Amino acid sequence: MPTIAHAALAAPVDLNGPGHYLNWGVIQISVANLVVIAVMVVVFLAAVLLPFPKGRGRK
Amino acid sequence: MSAREQPGATEPDEASGWTAAVRRRAVRALPPDKLLPDTQPRYMASWIYVFGVLTLAAFLVALGSGAVLAIQGPAWWHTSGIGHFFNSLHLWSVELFMAFMVIHLWGKFFMAAWRGRRALTWITGAVAFLGSIGTAFTGYLAQQNLDSQWIAVESKDALNAVGIGAYFDPMNFGQMLMWHIVLLPAVVGILIAAHLLMVRRRGIVPPLPLPGTDTDEPEEQP
Amino acid sequence: MSRRPRAAEPDPYSFGSRPYDLVKEFTIALILVLGLSIVLAALFSSPDEHPATIATWAKTDSADFTATALAELDGSSGTAQYGPPYNNATQGQKLGPVAPANLIGVTKPIDTAHDFVLGPLTSSPQTPAAAAALTRYTHAGTDQQNTWTGNYSTALDNANGDPAKIAPGDYGPVPTLLTALLAQAQAGSLDGQLLTESGAFYQTDYTLPLLLLADGSYLAALAGQDHLAGTQWGMMNETGSYPGQAWLWLYTFWYQVSPYNHSTNGDALVWGTMAALSLIFVFVPFIPGLRSIPRYIPVYRLIWRQHYRELREHDGT
Repeated sequence: MPTIAHAALAAPVDLNGPGHYLNWGVIQISVANLVVIAVMVVVFLAAVLLPFPKGRGRK
Repeated sequence: MSAREQPGATEPDEASGWTAAVRRRAVRALPPDKLLPDTQPRYMASWIYVFGVLTLAAFLVALGSGAVLAIQGPAWWHTSGIGHFFNSLHLWSVELFMAFMVIHLWGKFFMAAWRGRRALTWITGAVAFLGSIGTAFTGYLAQQNLDSQWIAVESKDALNAVGIGAYFDPMNFGQMLMWHIVLLPAVVGILIAAHLLMVRRRGIVPPLPLPGTDTDEPEEQP
Repeated sequence: MSRRPRAAEPDPYSFGSRPYDLVKEFTIALILVLGLSIVLAALFSSPDEHPATIATWAKTDSADFTATALAELDGSSGTAQYGPPYNNATQGQKLGPVAPANLIGVTKPIDTAHDFVLGPLTSSPQTPAAAAALTRYTHAGTDQQNTWTGNYSTALDNANGDPAKIAPGDYGPVPTLLTALLAQAQAGSLDGQLLTESGAFYQTDYTLPLLLLADGSYLAALAGQDHLAGTQWGMMNETGSYPGQAWLWLYTFWYQVSPYNHSTNGDALVWGTMAALSLIFVFVPFIPGLRSIPRYIPVYRLIWRQHYRELREHDGT
């Protein structure tokens, strides 16, 4: 059964092309996965470092 | 019917029977204002604290998008643009779920959040994490495309090597689909519920005391 | 180190509290995550590469299909040599002194010669020549069958896998059988037959067609193009340029290093290693040293800096 690609619903960013891979010694990682991991680390650091709105009075 | 058989909020609950016993235990463990408090400790002043609820939200979006996929069955998304969109929603909500859960885990680890009788909170979270990986695995197997074919024939070697493959066959689509949509979400859901109830029961773990302060304690015990 | 009595954690509210709306927070989180999921799904969609079929394999690489069919017939294929749970050709992998699959035994018996070759041929109408070849093969003794298949296997190797270039030799009915099976495969009937061979009408178990595909090199070649092979950290990867399963990084890591990458028990060893690490992960609260890491890598000072500042101000230091 053919996969029907509806032109109207086609993704603006087409990730179906061949992936790009990076190599460091024994490590091989896709750019996509590296981006995901990097974003997670940045978000974690941001969560820990960004100032939090000061609380209201002590109870 | 005497007043004693219909306990009000201020009367002691002395009714007999299993139901009353369960009720008393539940209310004692989690009275309403502990189950749904409208205050929080002042030391909860960091954005790291939002990742638990973000994980929960992503879990619910994954469940919901999965439910829509179930309406027309596992082959729908291959031939329908709307079906494909819901498959994408399911995939990305799961990617978000995993990302938020791991960030939540990093935060909880560095807070040593198992202190103060909170070991079971850590354990339910850790097992839920492992269970989620298993759920994702069966989900990838249920795609019915090239990716699922390859994952099936490769993973069979790991499962067969340790004997699990004798009963849990990644090439058996029907079995994998049912584990993915029934068994594993139920297990993960129950673990998440237990995890949340324990967080409410014990409260949010207080900050680690700074070294050298009066309240410095011996190596933190769970 | 003197043993002080264990101090209980202070009550969470002993440092003061503030009003907080849990239900509102949850609602906002849900809307946010739903919105983010919708944006990501709309922007990037999701991958869906066509599955391989035995028909496309047989049409694209008939030589590889024929060689695989021969291997199923003579018992030299991956599945035929696998061991439990499919057969007893080997003991299966060992984890230390234990061979778990062998202990459990054969729970999904597969006779590759019958299930992949002779069965589908027998249950389909054949030309008189193919039918005669089938009868001749099934009535021959095992030694005779092995002679035919052995000769043909050598000849195929010498002809670089091209059945059209086979030198004349004593192959008996084997070439005719394999040609008939190839025709069935290319027509698409083998895909269906392998599912319903047991006589079942309804079927959701793709074990037989998948094992046949995996015994050849067509599926593996497709996977390799998408960086899904084991040596390519494939477990973490997705087809195309999509992010895959980054959380499997440690599981697939072990397959890249010694001794896992060259051990015949590699899968069992990796699984055992990950099971042990998972147990450690689950029981971190009880493991001395590990549970002290948060004290030594003081991310907590950042997380609770507002609290520590307020304590200092309160103490007037």
